[in-house]
This record gives sequence, C-alpha cells and structure tokens, in this order.
Amino acid sequence: MAETALTNREKSPAQTAGWKGIAADWSSDQRAFKNVSWGKAMMWIFLLSDTFIFSCFLLSYMTARMSTTVPWPNPSEVFALEIAGQHIPLILIAIMTFILISSSGTMAMAVNFGYRRDRVKTAVLMLVTAALGATFVGMQAFEWTKLIMEGVRPWENPWGAAQFGSSFFMITGFHGTHVTFGVIFLVAIARKVWRGDFDHGRRGFFTSRKGNYEIVEIMGLYWHFVDLVWVFIFAFFYLW
Amino acid sequence: MVDVPYDRIADVPPAEVPEVELYHPKSWWTQYVFSQDAKVIAIQYSLTATAIGLVALVLSWLMRLQLGFPGTFSFIDANQYLQFITMHGMIMVIYLLTALFLGGFGNYLIPLMVGARDMVFPYVNMLSYWVYLLAVLVLASTFFVPGGPTGAGWTLYPPQAILSGTPGQDWGIILMLSSLILFIIGFTMGGLNYVVTVLQARTRGMTLMRMPLTVWGIFTATVMALLAFPALFVASVMMLFDRVLGTSFFMPALVEMGQQMKYGGGSPILFQHLFWFFGHPEVYIVALPAFGIVSDLISTHARKNIFGYRMMVWAIVAIGALSFIVWAHHMYVSGMHPHFGFFFATTTLIIAIPTAIKVYNWVLTLWRGDIHLTVPMLFALGFIITFVNGGLTGLFLGNVVVDVPLSDTMFVVAHFHMVMGVAPIMVVLGAIYHWYPKVTGRMLDDWMGKFHFWVTFLGAYLIFFPMHYIGLLGVPRRYHEIGEAAFIPSSTHTLNAFITVMALMVGFAQMVFLFNLVWSYFKGRPSGGNPWRATTLEWQTPETPPGHGNWGKELPVVYRWAYDYSVPGAEQDFIPQNQPPRPTRAVQEAAP
Repeated sequence: MAETALTNREKSPAQTAGWKGIAADWSSDQRAFKNVSWGKAMMWIFLLSDTFIFSCFLLSYMTARMSTTVPWPNPSEVFALEIAGQHIPLILIAIMTFILISSSGTMAMAVNFGYRRDRVKTAVLMLVTAALGATFVGMQAFEWTKLIMEGVRPWENPWGAAQFGSSFFMITGFHGTHVTFGVIFLVAIARKVWRGDFDHGRRGFFTSRKGNYEIVEIMGLYWHFVDLVWVFIFAFFYLW
Repeated sequence: MVDVPYDRIADVPPAEVPEVELYHPKSWWTQYVFSQDAKVIAIQYSLTATAIGLVALVLSWLMRLQLGFPGTFSFIDANQYLQFITMHGMIMVIYLLTALFLGGFGNYLIPLMVGARDMVFPYVNMLSYWVYLLAVLVLASTFFVPGGPTGAGWTLYPPQAILSGTPGQDWGIILMLSSLILFIIGFTMGGLNYVVTVLQARTRGMTLMRMPLTVWGIFTATVMALLAFPALFVASVMMLFDRVLGTSFFMPALVEMGQQMKYGGGSPILFQHLFWFFGHPEVYIVALPAFGIVSDLISTHARKNIFGYRMMVWAIVAIGALSFIVWAHHMYVSGMHPHFGFFFATTTLIIAIPTAIKVYNWVLTLWRGDIHLTVPMLFALGFIITFVNGGLTGLFLGNVVVDVPLSDTMFVVAHFHMVMGVAPIMVVLGAIYHWYPKVTGRMLDDWMGKFHFWVTFLGAYLIFFPMHYIGLLGVPRRYHEIGEAAFIPSSTHTLNAFITVMALMVGFAQMVFLFNLVWSYFKGRPSGGNPWRATTLEWQTPETPPGHGNWGKELPVVYRWAYDYSVPGAEQDFIPQNQPPRPTRAVQEAAP
C-alpha cells in the first residue's frame, strides 16, 4: 500500500530526551509512544488493568485479615514442611518463589536471543521458562492438596479465620491461572519460533498477519508481570 | 520569493509505520458474522445492546404499571417487581449504555475519526463482541431459570443479594455475576483495542489535539473502564464464591429463619467500596462519550467551532481522573466515618467545576451560531438541558447532610435517571440520527425523528419532574407498593398514575424510532457522503457506507482540527480535516 513515504521506521533523530521529549511525542501525530509497536502498547495497558485486578484482590484480602475478630493462622506454620525430620517454615514457598524468579531469568534470555533472531535458542529458552512455570503450578497444586488434606477449605480451616482459606485459594488460584495461561502461550509461541514462522513471514491462522520476534518480548512482559505479582502475594500473604 | 513548487504535504510528518494488511473476509460468514471489520462489529454491538435494552424498556413499563396502578396487575408480585428493577438497572447501565457507547460508537467511529483502516487487533476485537454476546445471553437466560433473575437491586449489595429472602437466589444471582465477569473479559479485549488505536494508530497529521471530542470522550471513558471494571470483576468473583463455595468475604454472621448461617466475619461494606469504585467511574464511562459526541453534534449543527476545544479536552480528562476519588458519596448512609464523608463530598463537588466548564462551552458554542434545528441538534439541546437538571440535583445528593434524608427515596431515582439515563440516551439517539446516514447511506425520516424527539424529551420531564417531588415527600424507592402511609398524601397516587401513562407514551415513541430505523434503511432519502457538511474524517470516506479498510488506496492526511466551521474567507462554511491549507500568497506568486 502506501510504501513510498516510509522514511521514519527507525528511531527518529529529532526525538528529544526528558519531559520535553514526552511532551513532543504526545503532541505529535500518529503515535503517542514513538517506537512502541501496537502489540507492546496493548500488553502494557492490559497489565495496567490487570494490576488493578490484583490490587483489588490483595486489598480485599488485607481488609478481611485486618477486620476479622478471629485469629489469623500463622502462615509460617501453615506453610511449613517436614523434610528429613527437619521442620522448615515456608520452605515450599521459598522454592516456588525461587523457581518463578529463575523463570524470569530464562525468559529475559529468550527475549535477548529473540532479538538476535536465534531461532533455536529462543525456542529452547521459552520452553525452559514454560517448564519452570509448569513446575511452579505443579508445586502449587501440591501445596493446595496438602492444605486440603489438612482440612483447609474455602469456607473454613482448623486454625482460625475462615477468610484465610478463602483468600488463599482465591488469590493463589487467580495467580496460578495467570501462570497457566502464560505457560500455554509460551509453548504456543515457542512452537511458532521453532517452526520459523517469524523468519518466513508465515501468516497467523486467525489473524492472517505476519508475526515477528517482538512477540517474544511481549510474552516476556506478561511473564515478568506475573512474577512481580507473585512477589507481592509472597510478601503480603506468606510473610505478613 | 520561493523557487520550489509549493508542496502541500511537506508540513505533515511522514508515515512512521508501514500499513498492516487487513484480514480479508473469504466468505459470507467471515464478512458479516465472524467479521473482523470494526464497522461490522460496531453494528453487531449496537444491535445486541438495543435488543437487550428493549427488554429493559419493557421491564420499566411493567414496573411503572405496578407503581401507577398497584394491585391491578395480578401477574406482578413483589418479588417480580424487585427482579424487574434489578434487571432494568443492570441492563441499562452496563449492557446497553456501556456497550453501545464503547462497543458500538467506539468501534464505528474511532478508526474512521482518527484515520485508521481498522482497530489495531481486529481478531481480538471480534472476540470482544462474541464474549459480550455470551454475557448478554447468560444474563437473558436468568429469565428462564428456576427462581428467575436476581432481585437484589442493580447494586447487588450483600448480604441480602445471596440470601434466600431475595428472589433469584438459586440461579439468578449466580448467572448475573457470571455474566458480569464475562462482560468485563469481553470489554477488556475491545477496550484495549480502542485505547491502542487512539494512541498508536492515528493517520498522518492527526495529533491528539486535532481529534474530534467524540474520540476524546470515548478514549477517556475506555481508559477509565479498563481501570474501574477490575473492581467489579473482583467483587463479582468474591460474591460468586460467597454464594457457591460458602466463603465469607462479604457475609457477616447471620441468622436466617431462626437458623445460624455458616457465614461469619465478612464485610458487606467491602463490597460497597469495590462496587462503587467501579460504579462511580461507570457513571462517567457513560457520560464522557456522551459529552464528546454532543460537542461534535453541537459544533456541526450550529456551524461553529467548538468553544474552548483545549479546555473541553482537559475537562474530559479531569472528570475522568476525579471520578476515581468520589466513589464513597454513594455510601453516606453505610455508616462510614464522617470525615470520609466530608472528603468525598468535597471531591464530588469539585467535579462540578470541569463539568460546568463543559456546559458553558456548549452554550457558548451555540451563542451566535448558525443553529440548524435538525433532529441531532434537537437531541443535543435536549441533552444539555437534561444534564444541567440532573447535575443540579447531583449537588444536593453530593452533600452529606442533604443526602442522608434523601437517600433511598424516589428523588435519587429521578436524579440518576435524568443525569445518566435520559441525558446519555438523548445523545445516543442524537448520534444515531447524525451517523445513520454514514452507516447506511440513507437519511432517517425527519418527521418521525422530530415526533420522536418531542415526545421523548417532554415525556422524560413529565416522568421525572414529578418523581423528584415524590422523592422529596419521602416515598422510598424499590417498594413495589407504597400503600397508605401517613406522610404520603393521596395525590402521590395520582402522580404515580400520571408518570406511568407518560412512561408508556415515551415507550411508544421509541417504537416509532425503531420503525424509523427499519423503514429508512429501505425507503430513506439517499444521503450522499456528507449530508451534514461536517469536517471530521468519517464524512470524507471515498465510499458511503465506508468499505473494508475505510479509505480506499491512500490513507487521509490531516491538516487541521475538527472544527473549521464558518471560517472567514473560506469557500464553504466547513473545511474538512483532510483538506490541505491554501498556499500562501508568496508561494502562489512564485509557483509557475
């Protein structure tokens, strides 16, 4: 189509730094965020919206925890495991957190190799990230099972305020759903990378658009966000 | 003086991104049903919203029949009355107004007005509609499940919303909450599209400060919706768990029918905070698109540039931001700390400032304008008057001491129907009369339109003015029958009957409107591409209705703002946004 006037695909040399640059970008035509693709902008705005969802969940949980008259179960004790005769508080959560943070590392590496158009390494690192994410979800399933066996239910638990179980299952469940969706999309995109879709300009089945390696970075944004949210859940639910 | 030929395109920055190829439909199904074209999606959204809105309209007649002639209609009992008010409110606010303004007008107008070929991610946009349709179907299904739809009131306050005394406790409330969750998921997919399209997919020369106010209104409302709906999402999930799993997020310890319930320790006030953190921005999610659209209608039909364009934009943004810190003015009687009441009353009244700026600017746009009393203009004028009326009673209710006695009376009902019911609907109707020629290529019938306007406008006042008075008398809302109370004079019953008759007449006028929509589609006068001689880009498309991809071969280039009406010295009384400036005299002389 209108290919003749495309002189400005890369970073414009006229861009200025700082607040003046921001003002110049926002008062310019076509794009408010220069050099930001549609997909990346959309992911950032989605994450902003999702931040509000998790904030509401966490604030509701804090309200419940602060206003309840029944004692709140001690998370250090509830989430302790007996390993080799040792009673270690929060050990499972610590390992889960370590795994999830590590997966952020492999994701960042995948993004890096994606921009080098290194098909194989990108795909492998994405699959490693997906595997770590799946491990996280698996360990969460183990934790849920353990708590359910000990008698924790959304509506009651043996140790104190009923809202403990409700908040626990709701918040970790919602976060776990995010991780699960992330794993599914990681595998789907890794498959596309592996197959070379972004090198050959293969068109999407539904959208008939050509993808490119930037999708790896967009996927990375989501993944880091989910990890970041976990840090807040870890701090507010397990450490408080 | 200048020895280069004048290049009218040189002062517009070059294109920054290559065009993305559109999805081209391959069959009837992908062209008209599973379409990825924003214009088709817009029509799908609008028709679905109108269809479910008609259900809500019929519910309002049934409610009015009961209130006007209590005891006459044996098929309306107290439970059904509660179900009617709940479904009427929820459908009108969320499934009709929000969906119509953002999903309908947003989808149709944003790409056309900013000069894009489509939304940025058409496939996601299509999914948005289908999830919305699913939400509507789940909502509609509650009429057919055992126990019927929920009767908790559109605010769904716990604990009563999920207790057995409330109708629809079996299935109604579960499906209502599920439907809301679906709606929010669907809306998020569409809303992300609208925001990114406005921010990142404008055509050459289209700066943010050259966008028509319609786009500004829809854009700001969409950003707000993306930040406010999460609170409703969370509240719905938590209440669903309270109902289905027996958690106690919102449920305090309760005795029901002499039995201690299993609930305990939850906070009903928490729900109110979450609900109104969504609910108050929701008022402006409905109002801001209306503000934007009405600005364009007034400017176009008064043949004058909008007064104070920049101020109008900043007022929209300021209202959007402020609306997030006023939510607890819906909770003055919930028992919250009086200091909070003071804070929220202050922020509430501060919103009156940007809102008043907008009203003044609309009036100043009309001042000495070349006012054409077309049907869209009539509706725009009707909106201004109605909005001022509703806004003034809002000042009453925003003050704690005045709100407390008026709370939960018909005064509140009259207030919010004026300000966020009638006023936005006026804009919706005006906008349909305005853009119908672009969507179909035919004008709506003028005589039927004027009839529709006058009956709707006068009828709305005859409905809601008496209702304010009834509210001041202390008649409570949500009572299916007020009976014989000492403080209620018998004339109230006469007034109630009068309101009911008026409501039925206004309802009849809407049937005329629907007939007009269908009749004009086949028999209306052909409109041509730009019947209102408007400046904005959607009227400058090569085809009417606009074809797939909107613009033919070349994207339009924008040289000016959207309000060049009656420019002195111009050949016509409007200059389209994509018309290049005339070369200066020096250049003209130098050019060969």
